Amino acid sequence: MKTYYDPEDLKKFGKVSEWQPELGKKFFDYYGNVFEDGALTKREKTLIALAVSHAVQCPYCIDAYTEDSMEQGFDEEQMMEAVHVASAIKGGATLVHGVQMMNKYKDLSM
Amino acid sequence: MGTLVHKSLLAQGHALSETEKQLNLLQEASLPCFETKLKESNLYPLTAIGVDVFQINIGKMCNQVCKHCHVDAGPDRKEIMTRETMKLCLDAIDKTACSTVDLTGGAPEMNPNFRWFVAQLSARRKKILVRCNLTIIVANKSYNDLPEFFKKHNVEVVSSLPYFNSKKTDAQRGSGVFDKSIEALKMLNAVGYGCENSGLILNLVYNPSGAFLPPDQSVLEVEFKAKLRSQFDIVFNQLFTITNLPISRYLQYLIASENYQGYMEKLVNAYNPVAASTVMCRTTLSISWDGFIFDCDFNQMLDLKVSAKDQHISAFNIDDLLNRIIIVNQHCYGCTAGAGSSCGGELT
Repeated sequence: MKTYYDPEDLKKFGKVSEWQPELGKKFFDYYGNVFEDGALTKREKTLIALAVSHAVQCPYCIDAYTEDSMEQGFDEEQMMEAVHVASAIKGGATLVHGVQMMNKYKDLSM
Repeated sequence: MGTLVHKSLLAQGHALSETEKQLNLLQEASLPCFETKLKESNLYPLTAIGVDVFQINIGKMCNQVCKHCHVDAGPDRKEIMTRETMKLCLDAIDKTACSTVDLTGGAPEMNPNFRWFVAQLSARRKKILVRCNLTIIVANKSYNDLPEFFKKHNVEVVSSLPYFNSKKTDAQRGSGVFDKSIEALKMLNAVGYGCENSGLILNLVYNPSGAFLPPDQSVLEVEFKAKLRSQFDIVFNQLFTITNLPISRYLQYLIASENYQGYMEKLVNAYNPVAASTVMCRTTLSISWDGFIFDCDFNQMLDLKVSAKDQHISAFNIDDLLNRIIIVNQHCYGCTAGAGSSCGGELT
């Protein structure tokens, strides 16, 4: 059955460089550098990536960073808390626009 | 997640209890040959560089039936090393300059000659490691004094604890194992094991509870120490992270959960030539319950005996063994992935 997302495509991610090698290389070098230990540890960055994967709703990223999080020794509870952080920010981002709605409502009201 | 196992593969009559079937499966997967990888790293043939560790598997009998066990150990396994074979091992040890004797199983403590053997090794002033599954200490009264016995012979205790909670631990090692392990760890701590300045070493082993690679050893050790200390007031020395090798029950798990190909690809992609150059088989001899000699415990479980004229402890020839070529196969990717893996944890 054909689907828009195929888990096997994740392994082919690097192939995007074939059609634009220079930018592809720059991206993957940058990507690799981002996840190295820095002011934040590689482990902390993995959990951030897991949360962001959910926020941007990327199925490839969710698969990749679930596995990565397990390999960094995080358990179910820690990982789900990270997803809740993403959920809270996304939910909050929606809700905070309610203030804009309230402002506009008041502007248009007597 | 799957159901817990209660019987060994052998007792179930499972096809994967046969080593030939396991080896066929490992060969069938469309993956680069491990030997080729070694050649690319200028490490082929892999050779022995000494005999520092005698790892002796004194029996497959165990009070647990862990889901990932590469030995296929369990209460239904009756293979146990006899005192006669132990004596042959002692004769062999005396012919080498090995520093360490590593006793494993099964639960090695269930061998009726275990204490006699440890006392013999202790008299030889060897460093003795016992791979203790912890729950054996509380399995019945006759084992409750094991911490004192270990202390008397200055045994270094190496114990599996896949996580600092019951969910993950019990999923891998059986229902109720976590609580019993905590009880046993407290008993070990009570006689000084793992405590500062006691000189009594208690190391823990982390194996991933699933089809993924282990985390960075030092990072996870910090978390294990903090959690076990704060939640249970337990202390220990070091945490070893060990990669699960695709053998026996772990292989069966990988296939049943449809993770086999993905896991093998992961191991291959994580091949690390530095880890490959320091694999433990180069300085280890592994002895089976019936006295045969292998390069490591994993080869032992796949019945891949040493490449030497005499393969039994009764005809131990140290010169021949020191010049041997290590037998490798596709499962060896497990020891060379990432930071590498050995019975003493990471390699690099």
